[in-house]
Amino acid sequence: MKTGYVSGDINDTADKKDEEIKARRIDVKGNCRIFAKLKVREVVYLTGTLVTARDKAHMRAVRLLKEGRKEEIPEELFEYPIYHCGPLLKGEKIISAGPTTSARMNPYAPALLRETSCPVIIGKGGMCEEVLKLLSDRGCYLTFPGGAGALAAESIKCVKRVYWEDLGMAEAVYVLEVENFGPCIVTADSRGRKV
Amino acid sequence: MLSREEFVNTIVELLRKAETELEEDVLDAIRSAEKKESGVAKLILQSILRNVEIAREKRVPMCQDTGIPVIFLEVGREAELNFDIYEASKEAVAKATELVPLRPNAVHPLTRENSGNNTGINVPVVHCRVVEGDEIRVAVMPKGAGSENVSKQMMLLPGDAMRIEDFVVDAVREAKGKPCPPVFVGVGIGGTFDESAVLAKRALLRDVRKMNEFERNILEKVNELGIGPMGLGGKITALAVLVEIAHCHTASLPLAVNIQCWANRRAFAVLKA
Repeated sequence: MKTGYVSGDINDTADKKDEEIKARRIDVKGNCRIFAKLKVREVVYLTGTLVTARDKAHMRAVRLLKEGRKEEIPEELFEYPIYHCGPLLKGEKIISAGPTTSARMNPYAPALLRETSCPVIIGKGGMCEEVLKLLSDRGCYLTFPGGAGALAAESIKCVKRVYWEDLGMAEAVYVLEVENFGPCIVTADSRGRKV
Repeated sequence: MLSREEFVNTIVELLRKAETELEEDVLDAIRSAEKKESGVAKLILQSILRNVEIAREKRVPMCQDTGIPVIFLEVGREAELNFDIYEASKEAVAKATELVPLRPNAVHPLTRENSGNNTGINVPVVHCRVVEGDEIRVAVMPKGAGSENVSKQMMLLPGDAMRIEDFVVDAVREAKGKPCPPVFVGVGIGGTFDESAVLAKRALLRDVRKMNEFERNILEKVNELGIGPMGLGGKITALAVLVEIAHCHTASLPLAVNIQCWANRRAFAVLKA
């Protein structure tokens, strides 16, 4: 199993659409350092791979870790940004995919983060101190505007892989290829600052 | 006579409309909030407005949490019906789940097993009352979990009317960014334990631009919280506070606060029966 960091490159520093806010575009590739460099209130748009997980996927992953069955956990959860999201699909296509409330994942996220190098969590509403502390060692927490499901779906280019479909449409784990996924607002950074 | 088919198709279309388009009053409220905010708060509201545009253009649900369907019916006592409106509502929700489509959200409360089509034991929730006339007025409100989960209820003492405002403000304060603010706050005062909650939800059907002084005062206090869009700080935490009341027992004062996300999704129709 690959457990290397996911890389990112800043390749743009200004968003022409919004004069008040400077936005960065980030390529999510093979090294997580970029997320640790972001500061609170910065706005980023992500291009690359994200992996969704919400309540049931977290519970299952934590159970498998406890049982020493790490290899049964989707490998993408170990190295790519985790997006708290239960998408809506029409056939095979995701048509709405905004964030779900991250705080519900507070009880499970620490066990998962300790075993992975997941560089960033994307969701809404923020997370508990323990999770933010674990995240700050490697990256940050990003907030995507809640309820903006159609907007999020616009930036999903394809679903690369689906795991744990038995958990149902909202709870399965989807590996997404996204382009300019955002706005994602840094609401807890690697220096422990938060909004 | 209203046919079952027409009733079912109406509910399906109302669900589609509610999921993919916001009513003008709700849009007005978000647009005016966007003008008042700056920085990150403004960016979030702009993203929300852009999202609403995309959803309407592409006819896709604006939020992936397509909610639990709540249906309000006002059935004219002269209306002729030869079908079970509860069963027909269930059929409509199952059909909408496939056609709109809706995310299957309904699960058994204890086993958590998903029914797969948003129906189940006592779901969809149907609030029905008999009124004068021969029409059937239908309102649908798909209710998401993020905002429903932070809603609150309290049986106050009869002399505690002055605590109402604080209770409402506290509910919004405790909810922070979880219910996807800026929120709409439905408040039910009086009635019984159950009725106060229904009043709070029914209040969210009202035109959100029309508030009385009592409601505007609470709204002002809520917005002093500074929670702002998505809880990241800002002037606008709530877009409206809407209160419905009912007489209650002299020994009690039921109070319910039903929080609704910025996507106050609802759609209405009047059927001739």
